[in-house]
Amino acid sequence: MSELKLMKGNEALAEAAIRAGVDAYFGYPITPQTELIEYLMNEQTEKRTGMVCLQAESEIAAINMVYGAASTGKKVFTSSSSPGISLKQEGISYLAGAELPAVIVNVVRGGPGLGTIQPSQADYFQSVKGGGHGDYKLYVLAPSSVQEMSDFVEDAFDIAFKYRAPVLILSDGLIGQMMEKVKLKPQKKRRTDEEVIKECGSWATTGKTKNRERNIITSLDLQSEKMEARVHRLMKKYEQMEKEDLRFEKIQCDDAEYLIVAYGSSARISQKAVEMARAKGIKVGLLRPITLFPFPKKQLFKLADQVKGMLSVELNAGQMVEDVRLSVEFKVPVEHFGRTGGIIHTPEEILEALEQKIINNGTIRHHKTRESSIL
Amino acid sequence: MAKVKGAIVVDTEVCKGCEVCIPVCNDNVILMSKEVNRKGYHYAYMENPEACTGCTNCAIVCPDRAISVYRVKVST
Amino acid sequence: MELLDIIKPENQVFCKTKLMTDTPLSYCPGCGHGTAHNITMEVIDEMGIQEDTIGVAPVGCSVLAYDFMNIDMTQAAHGRAPAVATAIARTWPKKYVFTYQGDGDLAAIGTAETIHACNRGENIVIIFINNGIYGMTGGQMAPTTLEGMKSSTSPFGRDIKTMGSPLKMTELVAQLPGTYFVTRQAVHTHKHVRKAKKAIRQAFENLKLNKGISFVEIVSNCNSGWKMTPNDANEWMVDNMFPYYPLGDIKVNGKLK
Repeated sequence: MSELKLMKGNEALAEAAIRAGVDAYFGYPITPQTELIEYLMNEQTEKRTGMVCLQAESEIAAINMVYGAASTGKKVFTSSSSPGISLKQEGISYLAGAELPAVIVNVVRGGPGLGTIQPSQADYFQSVKGGGHGDYKLYVLAPSSVQEMSDFVEDAFDIAFKYRAPVLILSDGLIGQMMEKVKLKPQKKRRTDEEVIKECGSWATTGKTKNRERNIITSLDLQSEKMEARVHRLMKKYEQMEKEDLRFEKIQCDDAEYLIVAYGSSARISQKAVEMARAKGIKVGLLRPITLFPFPKKQLFKLADQVKGMLSVELNAGQMVEDVRLSVEFKVPVEHFGRTGGIIHTPEEILEALEQKIINNGTIRHHKTRESSIL
Repeated sequence: MAKVKGAIVVDTEVCKGCEVCIPVCNDNVILMSKEVNRKGYHYAYMENPEACTGCTNCAIVCPDRAISVYRVKVST
Repeated sequence: MELLDIIKPENQVFCKTKLMTDTPLSYCPGCGHGTAHNITMEVIDEMGIQEDTIGVAPVGCSVLAYDFMNIDMTQAAHGRAPAVATAIARTWPKKYVFTYQGDGDLAAIGTAETIHACNRGENIVIIFINNGIYGMTGGQMAPTTLEGMKSSTSPFGRDIKTMGSPLKMTELVAQLPGTYFVTRQAVHTHKHVRKAKKAIRQAFENLKLNKGISFVEIVSNCNSGWKMTPNDANEWMVDNMFPYYPLGDIKVNGKLK
């Protein structure tokens, strides 16, 4: 039976991982996500489900431990925050290149550099434009509640194993450290070694038995033709993700004349701004991308025929706004608003920005509608 | 006492002519061929096959395991 | 006694193990990597544990080890093999897990992973090929490059004042309680190969005891990097590398010698 609890986002995610039958976690302390590893250690996961839980000597070591366990078909994840996620980028590129299922959690804090420990969404580009080297993308889930912090763990692993690819859960310090009610799923049995071999033995390094050739996990292909084939194989996955696993939420968009685009904590705050705007008679809708890649391009392109302008609200200096503009192909003005440095914008500030930058600025650009080139 | 006779078989295409096997052969059996293999390497061969005792020194030091060793007891 | 009478299957006393594939080794003629690969696979063959052995290849000359070793292997990012192996050993406690790394991989970029895996006493074997140079990238200075030794990034010889001393990684890890068996071997003569193989066998046997890491360093030549013929390189190694990197067991059954 599922349980109702009051938990921090980071802890809800940790508990959900244990209940999802995850096999291993490798982490490293960094504010604002350290509650996650603390929770796992406190739960003595080895005793509870046999789940390995290890604090590594660095985020670099941790992501490579993820790579090791993932290469054997085990369900494995790691978590960190912005600077630590930067350290993990090479490992993430390896996971993508070697086609390994794994989950990475980024509880974003203000940057760049050591930045601050307060919440931020300034890692958008790093997450969706590929923080590591080479042609790859990450499937990115952006939770905006403690419930989603919990639910997205199993969703992330489903995607990771469906595509044999690394998946990123992009949270932030606000969602990670605030407490909310969360409904937890019942405990799922962790797969036995035999079940892992049955499920992943065709590719995973579980020990070469007589009945098969050896399995090799590598992202290296010194022959360019082979490397190109590998890249094309990755691109096919991303196309399939876009077709089958795009997730977004539309709130009060049907009659909207203006649109706010926001994810994660900004989406929560923007909902209040939508309410306040409608109270003043301004018909505003909210489109919340739940996956940042795949991005709801078509939905935005269609909405651009209905609304007069869009505001991309993100706790950064303007990143997702570029993808919104690309999606609507400049049919309508798209502007950005967002506090940075760890300051959380208020609904009032969002509404004010919408009015100043979109509604009152009078420079509505008119474009004739046409078939989008990017869809 | 029973004398032992040995012989080695060199995979001439695998051998890279590194000559590491030569100093470890106490009976000076091995030299490098005049001809070269497909990759252009001179390869090891038994210059003095009679002297070979099949002791495997050359084979176990060969990085490419190009040498197989045979040994048989011979009643004098 | 005709040769053909000797060369018969029943008289064969030595041949390549079937745990090495038929792919020609990519290593330079006379390079110790090939010998180290072979004795490692011979040990795994003789122990009959091919089905339960998982190898971790590094970045460096032996990055392609998985083309030659007929076991399940995963290729780790440069320096990270001990971390990769840690996770495999922890999630598959009954498997025989080993890393195979060069000096740049293990003692430069991977220093932290090496020290912390050893400090945690992971149940893995680390095989460490020390040839005092970066081979794959064409002969640059490595952490184990000797004082005065030339390389493409120390063309006038390694200068201790500006480039530090050669790193004795094996002695370092031997100080950590997590290491159970620490030894330094070589593979340039048949005597040394036999000893090195015995050490590797001991290392893999230790995995059954789960008492910490078995760390086997193999001092080896790098003919192209040192710009010598294989036999000259081996002689140079004996005269120059062995004094600084003395062969022999440093720690056995958890006790320093």
